[in-house]
Amino acid sequence: MPQLSRRKLLAASVPAIGGAAAALHSAIPHTHPWEHEALAAEPAHGHASHAGSSHASFRDGRTVDHRANGFEPHEVLRDFDWGTTTRLAGGRLLREWELVAVDKEIEVAPGVKFAAWTYNGRIPGPTLRCREGDRLRITFVNGSAHPHTIHFHGIHPSAMDGVPGLGAGAIAPGSRTVYEFDAQPAGLHLYHCHVRPLAEHIAKGLYGAFIVDPADGREEADELVMVMNGFDTNFDRANEVYAANTIGFAYMDEPIVAKRDALVRVYLVNVLEYDLINSFHLHGNLFHYFPTGTSAQPSEFTDTVMLCQGQRGILEWRFPQAGRFMFHAHQSEFTELGWQGFFEVVD
Amino acid sequence: MEGRVATGQDVDSNARERLPSWLLGVVPLLLIVAAIGAFAALGAPGLAERHGPPAEELAIEKTVLRPGTIELTLRNDGPDAVAVAQAQVNDAFVQFSGAEQPIGRLGTATVQLAQPWIEGEAYDIALITSSGGTIEHSIAAAVLTPSADLSFFGLMALLGVYIGVIPIALGMLWLPWIRRIPPVWLRAVMALTVGLLAFLAIDATLEGIELAGEGSQAFGGTALVLLGAAVAFLVLTGVSGLLERRRRAARAAGASGAELALLVAAGIGLHNLGEGVAIGSAYSAGALALGAFLVVGFALHNTTEGLAIVAPIAHLRPTPARLALLGTIAGAPAVLGAWIGAAAFNTSLAAFLFGFGAGAIVQVIVQLAPTLRDDEGRTLHPVAVSGLLAGMALMFATGLLVTV
Repeated sequence: MPQLSRRKLLAASVPAIGGAAAALHSAIPHTHPWEHEALAAEPAHGHASHAGSSHASFRDGRTVDHRANGFEPHEVLRDFDWGTTTRLAGGRLLREWELVAVDKEIEVAPGVKFAAWTYNGRIPGPTLRCREGDRLRITFVNGSAHPHTIHFHGIHPSAMDGVPGLGAGAIAPGSRTVYEFDAQPAGLHLYHCHVRPLAEHIAKGLYGAFIVDPADGREEADELVMVMNGFDTNFDRANEVYAANTIGFAYMDEPIVAKRDALVRVYLVNVLEYDLINSFHLHGNLFHYFPTGTSAQPSEFTDTVMLCQGQRGILEWRFPQAGRFMFHAHQSEFTELGWQGFFEVVD
Repeated sequence: MEGRVATGQDVDSNARERLPSWLLGVVPLLLIVAAIGAFAALGAPGLAERHGPPAEELAIEKTVLRPGTIELTLRNDGPDAVAVAQAQVNDAFVQFSGAEQPIGRLGTATVQLAQPWIEGEAYDIALITSSGGTIEHSIAAAVLTPSADLSFFGLMALLGVYIGVIPIALGMLWLPWIRRIPPVWLRAVMALTVGLLAFLAIDATLEGIELAGEGSQAFGGTALVLLGAAVAFLVLTGVSGLLERRRRAARAAGASGAELALLVAAGIGLHNLGEGVAIGSAYSAGALALGAFLVVGFALHNTTEGLAIVAPIAHLRPTPARLALLGTIAGAPAVLGAWIGAAAFNTSLAAFLFGFGAGAIVQVIVQLAPTLRDDEGRTLHPVAVSGLLAGMALMFATGLLVTV
């Protein structure tokens, strides 16, 4: 019965959404959706298509105020921060970033405010991207009222590990430090705060993806970053809302537009606190999975991967057919608490 | 006083004495109002703003299940306004309507959650507030809430008649027997009655306290039970005092038995009102199986109440109409209670009613106590004590047959 109604619903909504999605496609890469008035109306339209309890969703007619949050999940998806570069003597490239810890109230679900801790005012923090062998210099400014660090995954000296007691240790409010190390190994990594209580410092939003491209690069693809997270809004050490890139159902309300036959590459990072595992499941397709992105050979051709906190991997696939395809955590609970979305595959 | 020389002071004090007394009563009241107004208008000078996050509390006063929806009636019993932003059922976000605006202190709102619930299954509901807090509510076993139509009220009336009116009428059939027994036996029956009532008073108080703990605390919670008891006790004491004065004026000695019977009937009636509320609400919440066993249990339990009503009028010759009236006063409130409980159940009101019933019964016990006295004027003589214990034991035993 539910299957039948879902199919009927999809059949009815595809023509309408398809047109809107085509308009969206050109707009997405490097503009804020709210800069286009026409797009501002889209979420409500998307809502209507899955209202009436055919899928779990937030209360009808309500969306998060992305403008007030200062970031938008669709923008986060394709936003890679390559930093500012300078040539070092000897020809190596130096990449520099400044990350500022900011205490900020984020609307994590429509109407629900959460006192978050962020890097640069967004959750996840900027996706730092570099090439294997680059010299990396990250200036960390603690603008928060609490001590924080940035702990990078990857290979680096002990003093650059961003944990209390090593190197600069915990950075006091108002202080700053510089983390500097070589970009290695190639792969998909992450960074997060490592001050105790650890669970709180991570769950409040201090994390982000860290991508080291292989020296010879990767195949051209439509690249997407998905940081799987959740928010414990009532502080009972269980999450009330789950998502990829913070805002639950964001990719349900407004599907991610993908091109038919084009290579899709998802950089998938799990930072979810309080739950032991998280997962990613793709509908109507299978993907090649590269755990941690450190090998050129996929470990598996599958449609579901499971990750513990800190685990990450690269997913690659092509959509052979146009249409709508779901993706979500295959913990049904997480799915219905926000961690689900659609790909809108267009010709 | 000796230093008093100025004549003006005499004038002043005379003027003060001439001030009407109502004005002396009103002036402080006006000053109090002005002071509070000024304090509020100035924004509580000297006091800092609230320390810490808002305290969000919502009590779920009523749960109604209809096909595909769960409806909750909420009451804000905390100090701050609460805005319901999102809703979850069994760890999934659900669509809902209602509670569009923040709910102010003591305000109520109704939310309808879209949930394809399945009969007999358990549901955990979490309402997420604007600050991320959760208001949780559990439904132990989902069951369709009966719609309050004519047939439903008919069913509740039948239930009330079964457990209230008929058993009490049957219990009153002991009247001819009571008339023939010697005074010492009658005292034993009166003691039995007091024992029955004492059990009911304790039972109603505990039931009320239990109910008060479940619902909104905004209106006093457990205090409502005690308040209800105090109100009932004082009102009935006042009423019986009035009756006594009239009786003395009319020199109609011997009417006290009829009066006692009326008081007993009223007290039991109030108790049955509470019992009806409990039954009606349990039935509409699906927590009560309407079986023959339950009805038989209640009937046995309440038959003894009929005995309690007729015991004080053993020496009189009441008309059948009067007996019917007494029986109705004692039993019919069960019907009314069942309607209230099933249609407009509110734990605060129910707790108050239970307390009211308990207070009424205590007052009746006070009235009945003199009838236990033996020839030497003792109240707690062996026969009376035996009767009291037997009454409580009887209620305890028959009470085991029913749980609501």
